[in-house]
Amino acid sequence: MLRYTLLRLLQAIPVLFAVITATFFLIRQAPGGPFDAEKPVIPAVKRALEAKYNLDLPVWQQYTQYLGDLFKGDMGPSFKYPGWDVHDLILSGLPTTAELALYALLVALVIGVLAGVFASLKPNTAQDYIPMSLAMIGICMPTFLLGPLLVLMFGFWLEWLPVTGWGDLPGDKILPSITLGAAYAAYIARLTRGGMLEIMSQDYIRTARAKGLPEWVVVTKHALRGGLIPTIAFLGPAFAGLLAGSFVVETIFQIPGLGRFYVQAAFNRDYTMILGTTIFLSTLIIIFNLLSDLLATWLNPKLRSQFRGGAV
Amino acid sequence: MLLKVDNLTIQFHTRNGITTAVDNVSFAVNSGEILGIVGESGSGKSVSCYSLLGLIPMPPGKVESGTALFEGQDLLAMDQSQLRDVRGDDVAMIFQDPMTCLNPFLTIGEQLVEPLIYHRGYNKKDAKQRAIELMGETGIKKAAQRFDSYPHEFSGGMRQRVMIAMALITEPKLLIADEPTTALDVTIQAQILELVKELQTKRDLGVIFISHDLAVVRGLADKVIVMKEGQVVERNTTKALFENPQHEYTKQLLDAVPSGAKTAGKVSDTKALLRVRNLVTEFYDRNTGKPFRAVDDVSFDLIQGEILGLVGESGSGKSTIGRSILKLVPARGEVTFDGKELLGLSQKAMRPIRRRMQMIFQDPYASLNPRMTVFDTLAEPLLVQGLATRQTVEAQVLELMDDVGLARAAIKKYPHEFSGGQRQRIAIGRAVATKPELIIADEPVSALDVTIQKQILELIKALVDKHNLSMLFVSHDLSVVRALCDRVMVIEHGKLVEIDDTEALWMQPKEAYTQRLMAAIPSV
Repeated sequence: MLRYTLLRLLQAIPVLFAVITATFFLIRQAPGGPFDAEKPVIPAVKRALEAKYNLDLPVWQQYTQYLGDLFKGDMGPSFKYPGWDVHDLILSGLPTTAELALYALLVALVIGVLAGVFASLKPNTAQDYIPMSLAMIGICMPTFLLGPLLVLMFGFWLEWLPVTGWGDLPGDKILPSITLGAAYAAYIARLTRGGMLEIMSQDYIRTARAKGLPEWVVVTKHALRGGLIPTIAFLGPAFAGLLAGSFVVETIFQIPGLGRFYVQAAFNRDYTMILGTTIFLSTLIIIFNLLSDLLATWLNPKLRSQFRGGAV
Repeated sequence: MLLKVDNLTIQFHTRNGITTAVDNVSFAVNSGEILGIVGESGSGKSVSCYSLLGLIPMPPGKVESGTALFEGQDLLAMDQSQLRDVRGDDVAMIFQDPMTCLNPFLTIGEQLVEPLIYHRGYNKKDAKQRAIELMGETGIKKAAQRFDSYPHEFSGGMRQRVMIAMALITEPKLLIADEPTTALDVTIQAQILELVKELQTKRDLGVIFISHDLAVVRGLADKVIVMKEGQVVERNTTKALFENPQHEYTKQLLDAVPSGAKTAGKVSDTKALLRVRNLVTEFYDRNTGKPFRAVDDVSFDLIQGEILGLVGESGSGKSTIGRSILKLVPARGEVTFDGKELLGLSQKAMRPIRRRMQMIFQDPYASLNPRMTVFDTLAEPLLVQGLATRQTVEAQVLELMDDVGLARAAIKKYPHEFSGGQRQRIAIGRAVATKPELIIADEPVSALDVTIQKQILELIKALVDKHNLSMLFVSHDLSVVRALCDRVMVIEHGKLVEIDDTEALWMQPKEAYTQRLMAAIPSV
């Protein structure tokens, strides 16, 4: 298990390197720079600013310098928030975004697994078609449409829930979490249904029924463990995706999270900030993918014992 | 009477119409009695038993008529919750493939105690104690330690013992055993059959034993019914049925069981077409991280024109020997085919030789491309090897189809439109298309029903004679090997145990392992 984990982490290094390099050069290809504002800056001031942030050096030299700093754990200062390091900005937004992503994941899991299992029990009947059609709509519906719809319905018509903020009013975390989690709930529902259908056709489910077990035991004890493995393998990418994709929801509900830095940095050509957030999110994606793969493997007793043997 | 089934009829209502799977079937079992149900695949033998316990999918399945009185109560009139109380309590089941019938995600112990907990209200501690006792009784050693093991940590035979322990844990009155030894090696089969017999006598158990294997049923059952296409064609006591079969189909079945030895003349040629010396094939064992020898220093000659049988139990390395010779897996040692050393050859240098060595696999459905018609499948090797031109290929394919006994009209059909036996004919046709000198056949009849098996064996014999082929015939079925092969070699744990003329080996096996193997063969 340890060897496998180390191997995967080693494989992540070239991936990260490629991401950093591509981002570094691509963002410099975009027209404009961090200090091009609508109101022209005095050329002398602009030169001084560029010198301060090493932007006057040749690009490859900026690149090696950036890599060197990064290696020491320094993501550099933000160009647009003077006095702030990229590192500090990310950390300031992270807790809120992580909390939002976590709640959204919980929403997605609870709704997705329940709907998927429910649909898989009577395949190709109304009990299957209705939740799966809803899931399809969930996947298709963008968050910038679902969010305002929920706001309209629960905020203005029914007046049940607050429509902005995070942690200011009771219940203000509910609508953002649902908005963000909905599409993932739909994915999870489809994965769970597929996994369960696969398992429910196995011989050992027939054995469980032949033993006269109640149907709920057959489903929850005998089928669910195997049936949820595809879903569990998806949790890592899902959580990383939720963290990275929270921008729209954070904007709709005015939540002070990470998303706004990410998007505004791109508009502002805040080179270090763009690189910092990209590296941060790529690392998270790699780590969460690895974690969910390890978890899914560990849940399979046969693969688990191979890991114990030290091989692979 | 423990179970009395009368006039059972089951139909499947599908989009393609209604099929009658079980047609007016009646049978009865007493306590302490073993009823054998014999038939080929699709005869309805399993469906008739599964339906009694509500274990067939309904819909599309539907019980059209009949009664099934179990201790006076009609199982067919019960709803699902009443049936659940019967299943796994008074009536227990064991299935064919213990590899897939145990839940790989749960420990043996968790699965064993379930019937006690849900039917008898045991607490976990008492249930565990009872389960461990029963594991010991069914021959699982170190039961207490193995209670928390997962199914993949058990061998096939041990898993079937677990299944039996699980079935018997509630002390049922009736046991339905559906092909319980079909997936097992012959020595393990003998042990499991003995165990079933012993438990049945000791517990006064009624047993329904479903099997396609007539020899197994003969050795075990008190009375037998023979099923064909959903109907019972003959019923009698075991002794009377086997000694004096009445129905034409029963006679046909008994006749198809391979028995006795090959009668054709011995191969006079002594030239070795294939010479294998010190063959070693190693695999990397994922569990221990060490290399594992699947084939361990095996040497033999295959003489021109002979059928050499290669027998061994599962995991003995018999299939790997075939694959090593064809260089489908990396091997060391020396393999000489018609004077040419093969193991040192590059894949490119090997290509012209591949035409002369072909392979037939166990499962023709898996080894035929489902998107290629018979014509495509048979024409491909001819065209690739340059043995036919666009103009002549159709005539050659038709000739090949005549050779392997396929109707010419079927030339445009796809594999799924054929039965298992016909598919194996296509696979054989493909193998002989390039006029090879050596064929390696890996369990080519193991997936077939006994009457079909007989036809395919006859086809193989005819082709070997007609084309002067040599064959390495890999099989776990000793009766088949005896009826087909000139010489036989026995493999255990990758090592050659014994090689001799077939009859000499049967009459006077020299090695202890061969003797054990021979003793375990059930006979009709």
